Amino acid sequence: MQESYKKYFFLFALPTVLAFLIAFVIPFFMGIYLSFTEFTTVIDARWVGFSNYIKAFSANNEFVNALWFTVKFTVVSVISINLLAFTLASILTSGIKATNIFRTVFFMPNLIGGIVLGYIWQIIINGFLYKMEATLTTDPRYGFWGLVLLMNWQLIGYMMIIYIAGIQSIPVELIDSACVDGATPLQVLRHVTIPVVMPSFTICLFLTLTNSFRLFDQNLALTAGAPSRKTAMLALDIYNTFYGKTNWEGVGQAKAVIFSILVAVIAAGQLFLTRSKEVEG
Amino acid sequence: MKKLVALLLVMVMAISMAACGGTPAGGNGGKASGTEIYFLNFKPEIAEVYTKIAADYEAETGVKVNVVTAASGTYETTLKAEIAKAEPPTIFQINGPVGFQSWKDYCLDLSGTKLYGYLSDKSLAVSEGKGVYGIPYVVEGYGIIYNNAIMEKYFALSDKAVSINSASEIKNFATLKAVVEDMTAKKDQLGIQGVFASTSLNQGEQWRWQTHLANLPLYYEFKDNTAFDNTVLAGLDAKEITFKYGSNYRNIFDLYINNSITAKGLLGSKSVNDSMAEFALGQVAMVQNGNWAWSQIAGVEGNTVKAEDIKFMPIYTGVAGEENQGLCVGTENYFAINSKVSKEKQDASIAFLEWLFSSEKGKSYVTKDLGFIAPFTTFTDDEKPSDPLAKEVLAWMEKSGVTSVAWTFAAFPSEDFKNYFGDALLEYAQGGKSWEEVETVVKDSWKSEKAK
Repeated sequence: MQESYKKYFFLFALPTVLAFLIAFVIPFFMGIYLSFTEFTTVIDARWVGFSNYIKAFSANNEFVNALWFTVKFTVVSVISINLLAFTLASILTSGIKATNIFRTVFFMPNLIGGIVLGYIWQIIINGFLYKMEATLTTDPRYGFWGLVLLMNWQLIGYMMIIYIAGIQSIPVELIDSACVDGATPLQVLRHVTIPVVMPSFTICLFLTLTNSFRLFDQNLALTAGAPSRKTAMLALDIYNTFYGKTNWEGVGQAKAVIFSILVAVIAAGQLFLTRSKEVEG
Repeated sequence: MKKLVALLLVMVMAISMAACGGTPAGGNGGKASGTEIYFLNFKPEIAEVYTKIAADYEAETGVKVNVVTAASGTYETTLKAEIAKAEPPTIFQINGPVGFQSWKDYCLDLSGTKLYGYLSDKSLAVSEGKGVYGIPYVVEGYGIIYNNAIMEKYFALSDKAVSINSASEIKNFATLKAVVEDMTAKKDQLGIQGVFASTSLNQGEQWRWQTHLANLPLYYEFKDNTAFDNTVLAGLDAKEITFKYGSNYRNIFDLYINNSITAKGLLGSKSVNDSMAEFALGQVAMVQNGNWAWSQIAGVEGNTVKAEDIKFMPIYTGVAGEENQGLCVGTENYFAINSKVSKEKQDASIAFLEWLFSSEKGKSYVTKDLGFIAPFTTFTDDEKPSDPLAKEVLAWMEKSGVTSVAWTFAAFPSEDFKNYFGDALLEYAQGGKSWEEVETVVKDSWKSEKAK
C-alpha cells in the first residue's frame, strides 16, 4: 500500500504543483528578474542592474511616504480589529440570545469586495463631511481614519468567527476549576482563555497584518491617494509607478520586490513571536 | 433553526473564500483562424458602434475583426497586458509623440500606406525620421460650452452690468469675467445654481484641468520659443518650463471655482459626469469640455438643453491678443499597427482602417455613428458630422482671423506630471496650497518627469 502511494504521489500532486508553478512560482521569479530590467511589456526587457532599486528611493519620497503611511495604518488597524473582534467573540460566546444571527450579521461585510466597499464608504463618509464643506480629500487624516474604519468594518466579522471557534474549544472543566479556585472573571480571561486561544491570535494577527499591509482595492476606491498621494499605501504606490510614468515599469517592479520581502519578513516575524507563546492544547 | 443558521454561516464563509481568490478580468483571447485582426479600442463610449462595424466588415470581406475595448482610463494598462499575449492587438492607439516613445518597438512604419495618403494634413501624423508611425483618425476641439438660452436670458436683463448683447461678443477674459460674475450675482433671476458646472477634481476626473486647461498657458509659453514653429516640438524639447502664463491659468481657474455650482471644498468629490449632468439639466450656463461631450449631454435624462442652443466659446485667460484665439483643436488619438505580428495580419489591419475611412459604408459609420471629424481627404463636405458641437468646432476652425490653439499637451512629459498638477489644483481649491505652491509643483514635476 505504501509503495503504491509513493508510486502515484507525483501524479496526484501534479495538478496542484502545475497550478502553483504557473500562477505563482514562475511569475514570482519573472518579477524578480524584471525588477533588474527596463521594459514596457514583460516579453522584451533590457538589463539595467540595480538602477531601478536606486531610483525607487532616490527619485522622490513617494515610496518612503507610502511605506510610512502603510506602517501607521497597519499598526492602528491590527490593534483595533483584533481588540474589537475578540471583544465581540467574548460577548457572543457568553450565552446571550440570538448569537447566531449576530454572528452572521457581523460576518456579512466580509462578503463584499474591496472596491465596492471603498466606494460605499466614500459615499457615506463624504455624505457626512459635506455638512462641513469638506470631502475625504480635504485632509489626509480623513482618508487615514476612513481606511481604518473601512478595514475594521470588513475584517472584524471574519476574525470574530476565528476567535469564537477558539473560545468554544476551551474545555468547560478548565474554566469551572478556575472558578472553584477563586479566580475572578478577569483572571480567567488572562490566565485561561487567552493562553488557550493563542493559536487563534496567531492566525488572526497574521491575517490582519498581511491584509492591512497589502491593502490595495479599498485604498484605490476610497481615496486613490488623494490629496497629492498623501494617503497612498505601498501597493497603490507600486501601481502608480508602474502605470503613471513612461518607462518606469522596472522601478515599479523593483518596489514590488522590496514590498514582498517586507511582507514576508514581517509575517514570519509575527508568526515566530506568537507561536512561541502558544501553549500545548 | 440552529442548523439552518450554521449552514448559512458555512455557505457565507465558503463564498467569501471564493471571493478572496478573485479572478482577473480576462480579455478576449481570440483563436487563430484564417485572418483575424484584433483592434484594441480606446473609446468606451463608442464601443458598441465598433462591434457593429466589425460585424459588417466580416460580412463583406470575411475578415474577422476582434474588437476589445479598454475601460475608461485603463488603456495603457490594458495594452501592456494584451500586447504580451500570444494573440496581441494588431491595431492599437498611441496618444502622440510621448506615447510613441514608449511603444516605439511596436509601431509599424505606415508611410507607404494609402491611409497615410488620405490624411488631409500630413503634419498631423506621428513621425520620426522618414517613418510614419501614428495616423490621427479624429480631430477634436474643446472650449467653454455654453447654453445660449440662458445667456440670452441674461443679456435680456435690463440691469445687466455689461454693455454687450450676446455671448458671441465675448472676446477676451475681462469681458468673460464681467459677464460671469454678474451672472453669479443674478443667478436666481436666471434660474441657475451657478454659472460654471463643477470643476471635477475627483481622482481620475481631473483631465479637463491638468491636461486640457493646462494646454493654454503652455501653448503660449512654447509659442514664445521661436526656435520651433510647432508648440508640441518646442514642448518636447523643453527640459524645464517657467510656467510664464501661470497667472493666466489662475485667472480662469479661479473664475471657474468661484462661480461654480459647487462649493470649493466639495469639488474633490465631483466627476466629469456630474458636471455634464448639471449642464444638461440647465442648472448651469457653462462647462468646459470638448465636442465629444454632445452624446453625453443629450443622453442625460431630463436634458433641457436644445441642440440649437449649445455653443462653443474659446477659453480666454487674459493673454494679450486673445481676441483672435480659437478653440483648442487637435487630436490625441493615433492608430498604430503592431509591428510584431505577421505581415498578413498587418496588411489586413491596414485594409480594415482604409475601408473604414474610404468606403461608403465605412464613412457613413464614421460620420453618423462614431461622430468623428475625420482628418482625411476621402470625406466630402456633406459627409461632415451633424452633431451641434462638432459643427461648432468646424465653424470655429473656418472662422477667418481666428487661430486654433494646438493640443500642446501631447508634449507633457508623463501621466504623472498631469496627476501632480491635478493633485496640486485640488489642494489649491480646498485651500491647502497657495497658488505659488501650485506653480512650484508644476515647474518641479515637469523637470523631474522630463529627466526620466
